[in-house]
Amino acid sequence: MADLSVNIAGVTFGNPLIAASGTFGFGREYQEFYPLSTLGGISCKGITLKERAGNPPPRIAETPAGILNAVGLQNPGVDHFMEKDLSWLKGQGTVVIANIAGNTPEEYCEMAEKLSDSSVDMIEMNISCPNVKHGGVQFGTSCESVGAITRAVREHCKKPLMVKLSPNVADIVSIAKAAEAEGADALSLINTLTGMRIDIETGRPIIRNNTGGLSGPAVFPVAVRMVWQVSSAVSIPVVGMGGISTWKDAVEMLMAGASALQIGTVLFSDPYAPVKIRQGLDEFLDKKGLRSVRELTGTVRPW
Amino acid sequence: MAGIKNVLKGSHDYTLYKKRKSLVNRPQNMYNKKQNQRLAFDGGSYMKYDTQQCRLTYKEELAPGVFDFRLQNQAFAASAQPGQFAHLLVPGKPLRRPISICDVDQKADTLRLVFEVRGEGTQILAQYQVGDCLDVLAPLGRGFTIGDTSRRALFVGGGIGVPPLLYAAKQFGVNATVIIGFRNRDAVILKKDFEQAGCRVILHTDDGSAGRGGFVTESCREELENCEQVFACGPAPMLKAVAGQAQERCVPCQISLEERMGCGVGACLVCACKIRKADGSEGYLHVCKDGPVFDAKEVVW
Repeated sequence: MADLSVNIAGVTFGNPLIAASGTFGFGREYQEFYPLSTLGGISCKGITLKERAGNPPPRIAETPAGILNAVGLQNPGVDHFMEKDLSWLKGQGTVVIANIAGNTPEEYCEMAEKLSDSSVDMIEMNISCPNVKHGGVQFGTSCESVGAITRAVREHCKKPLMVKLSPNVADIVSIAKAAEAEGADALSLINTLTGMRIDIETGRPIIRNNTGGLSGPAVFPVAVRMVWQVSSAVSIPVVGMGGISTWKDAVEMLMAGASALQIGTVLFSDPYAPVKIRQGLDEFLDKKGLRSVRELTGTVRPW
Repeated sequence: MAGIKNVLKGSHDYTLYKKRKSLVNRPQNMYNKKQNQRLAFDGGSYMKYDTQQCRLTYKEELAPGVFDFRLQNQAFAASAQPGQFAHLLVPGKPLRRPISICDVDQKADTLRLVFEVRGEGTQILAQYQVGDCLDVLAPLGRGFTIGDTSRRALFVGGGIGVPPLLYAAKQFGVNATVIIGFRNRDAVILKKDFEQAGCRVILHTDDGSAGRGGFVTESCREELENCEQVFACGPAPMLKAVAGQAQERCVPCQISLEERMGCGVGACLVCACKIRKADGSEGYLHVCKDGPVFDAKEVVW
């Protein structure tokens, strides 16, 4: 039994597997399958300052080896989250990460301030939601805007701050560096890649939002590449995500440079995936004679 | 896949966890068997569902491209309620396929699922043979509120919207009138099943090749006078028309909806359905967890 615990920005996770924001709600639906302490942490469904209704349906389409989604940040708002979900979540024996998105820097700051006085363990700043006009992605695609919003939120945030990066950019490394320079404690990547599907009978996009975010195994190699590039260029921890479906994917992402992992789309086909990934990872570490999962991070030997 | 889960299930922690949940957390299922009424919605924690390997014990092509599967699983057969659905893993596909539960045989421990081949996923499912095992997540969603089965009920179904009505209609037996519509004679399914349950069946086909010609809504208008409640499932235009007719006559109407779905348990929020709340404001609920059955009055078309 290897040590699976990891430390990200001063927060200890029992194991490196974190439920990815937007795929796991606030955890209640999945505790039907297993105790939430099975996971090292939960990144909650993205919350905004005020309640959001989300996009009209259809919000999802299947693609080869992936899905496109455009939920549009449907959520009950930060106050509702803090009143109704947070204390229950904190009792589940896992790290609770609040994922926040906003229309303006002021909204991000206000949420960071509210959550700083709550029991959440960490804040994940979503500046990469591709599915709403003002869901943060306007802040996430240039070094200047990423730097500015990170600096602003950092001033109001007393919790460890993780910045979630968009892959829909020309140079993710310089954006990662901008976030690090302005005080991000950790980075998480990748959010979804913008995509589109069209129903050839009707000529209509399948998703009502026309475009959506691509996730699942289809994006995994892109995610591995970006995690490798970013983790090589920054000194803060990188939480890797994007299409991780098996324990082998988990090992690969850790080798690329991730210190922890987020698991999302695979839950839709297999709710038990985190259990299997954790077990497979544990066995792999034993087989390789490694005492801690931390020994895997960044061990890729590039040519 | 099952192997790893068995490892998990065999562990002390997991066994205790499931035991604790089944004892303390909620009623065995969402119906109170004595009153046969749905228990109060308690914020989403009433459901009890899991993934299970289920053996396909019977398979039949009821009409071209429409398959009847019987899947054996004791736990599912014991807890599935009329109008709920099962989420079927399709090997190689990132999304499961939601299929409504058509009927339950508690003696044979089987769920009956009737589905139409519509795309690649259902095409793959249709290739399963008797004896094969499928990975099934069930029972899911809020089904029909059955209430007093001595009160006359009208069931209205169109096409592949007919199967979700059978298990509910069987509860009413002779007190059910069932109006079912199909494209043509070859597409007719389940007529005998409703008749065997004692229901009065009115068959429609779009081209008049069997039963009455024209849409189910024509018969619905006539039959609404003789019923106290309506249960409907089918294409959205049909549901909208039936809901309108029921509302004109102030007859309660429950409709089963479908939408492109993700997780199936209410976490991912993709299968949105627009609902008018009690205060008049509109918002989205979700077909997988809040539905698939909704009160027709609250649905915004």
